[in-house]
Amino acid sequence: MLIEQLSVFLQNEKGRLAGMCRLLGDAGLDMHALVVADTAEYGVARVICDRPHSARRVLENAGLAVSVTRVVAIEIPDRPGGLAEVLECMGACDINVEYLYCFPRRDGVSAVDIVRVADPDRAVGCLTAGGFTLVHASEIYEPDPV
Amino acid sequence: MFQPELETMSREALEDLQLARLRTQLARVYVNVPLYRRKFDEAGFRPEQVETLADLARVPFTVKDDLREAYPFDMFAVPRRDIVRVHSSSGTTGQVSVVGYTRGDVERWSDLMARTLACAGATADDVVQVAYGYGLFTGGLGAHYGSERLGAMTIPVSGGNTARQVQILKDFGVTVLACTPSYALLIAETAISMGIDVRELPLKVGVFGAEPWSEGMRRQIEEVMGIRAVDIYGLSEVMGPGVASECVRQDGLHVFEDHFIIEIIDPETLESVPDGQQGEVVFTTLTKEGIPVIRYRTRDISRIVPGECACGRTFRRMERVMGRTDDMLIIRGVNVYPSQIEQVLMDIPGVAPHYQVVLDKRGSMDTVEVQVEVSPDLEFDEIRELEALQRTVAGAIAAKLAVSVGVKLVEPRAIQRSEGKAKRVVDLRTKGA
Repeated sequence: MLIEQLSVFLQNEKGRLAGMCRLLGDAGLDMHALVVADTAEYGVARVICDRPHSARRVLENAGLAVSVTRVVAIEIPDRPGGLAEVLECMGACDINVEYLYCFPRRDGVSAVDIVRVADPDRAVGCLTAGGFTLVHASEIYEPDPV
Repeated sequence: MFQPELETMSREALEDLQLARLRTQLARVYVNVPLYRRKFDEAGFRPEQVETLADLARVPFTVKDDLREAYPFDMFAVPRRDIVRVHSSSGTTGQVSVVGYTRGDVERWSDLMARTLACAGATADDVVQVAYGYGLFTGGLGAHYGSERLGAMTIPVSGGNTARQVQILKDFGVTVLACTPSYALLIAETAISMGIDVRELPLKVGVFGAEPWSEGMRRQIEEVMGIRAVDIYGLSEVMGPGVASECVRQDGLHVFEDHFIIEIIDPETLESVPDGQQGEVVFTTLTKEGIPVIRYRTRDISRIVPGECACGRTFRRMERVMGRTDDMLIIRGVNVYPSQIEQVLMDIPGVAPHYQVVLDKRGSMDTVEVQVEVSPDLEFDEIRELEALQRTVAGAIAAKLAVSVGVKLVEPRAIQRSEGKAKRVVDLRTKGA
């Protein structure tokens, strides 16, 4: 039910992000979403991509520090207030969102919201009970062995 | 033990031997080395005034500048034709100094390095990979001759070409690795990226020296390589490696006192300090012919470990060298050695053992930044976790060393690796000056 996201530690220097993307590209790995949280000195690039464990190995072999984090993926109703309803549902369950980001689905109509929370399994229960549609990993990428 | 009759001799017999050798040595240098004659004369000191070892305190010191000014051969105590080998200091802190060895010096050096390897637990049955640099640096050839003298199978691979080092380590069934501790880490790291687990290889002992390293670094190396890592000490001005070595107890380095007299002095007052107290290490060579040094101030900071070692050797032990006075940083009035920073970093999970201290100037203020690599297996996702790690590092340095420094997290492998002595301090303050 949960999606595996890669978090990559990068120094905030010219060419570092390009280098990471090149490594994934050369390995034939496709990115679906990429967000960077940064400070003046370094950043964390969060990546949803094909075969996350292969991607992790590729990046680690190149010497990068990589973590795999389990996040919740929710299909967002495509109407005003859609995301608000999702967040209100989690708020009612007393679940605090650490960060979230959004990317379009391949069908081009709906969107997927990636949500990072402290206890993802509880969030899944809460959202399912609230009637929201969760997105399975297999709908986004090919789950691969660790 | 390689020479048990010497390594376990009674203190009384040892001191008699030292005194006899000291008197001969002083008389020889007075006659043969103009610099010593001048120094002794200026101090009103005559070699025959030495009646006990305590009289050594009356002898003038020798400093690194004396050797530099004697460049290349002015401090040799024998005719040029009696020198069979020349080495030089690494010259990291200025002009190099040149040292010469007679055939007898090379013989004794081989014995002392064989002693060092035996002290670390090596025997004639071992396979020794010498990954110290060969050449003018004393590390490579010193370890090489010692290993051959011990009777071990000796692999003279020298430093560099790290992938090949790993391959040899594996293919030749190497049991003893001799190199700098920072190079050992690079070899371990390279092995991992080659898919080789050093812990599963026959390697069992590391003989590491030529740069200051911390106890934490030792634990780290022992863990990733699955070996016992032994600290050895030496410097080209005194002989090269083989001046002192830890035994398998790993509790201080036995100084080979039948060939060297060690003193610890207060670098300000130049007075000897009692055993156990920290100070600058001073050596007098007792048997060297090519270039004897008398009360040579090494600038290395250490202390004598009080008490006897359970291994049976009677030679006194010096503590692992904390650093060289040249490397000492004065951060807002507090003296700090890079090895102390290293020790703090080693105890913090999430950061790798690779670090560098960068000194710079912001306006008229000196700034100190410790750059440390995040560990490849650090679990992180959020910036605040990384910021917390940064604060942990800065907080630990502040708590243990009483200085505040900037901390910068950098990517794994961002700090330049060294195949010899690691560069721990980068000083940008003099840039353009």
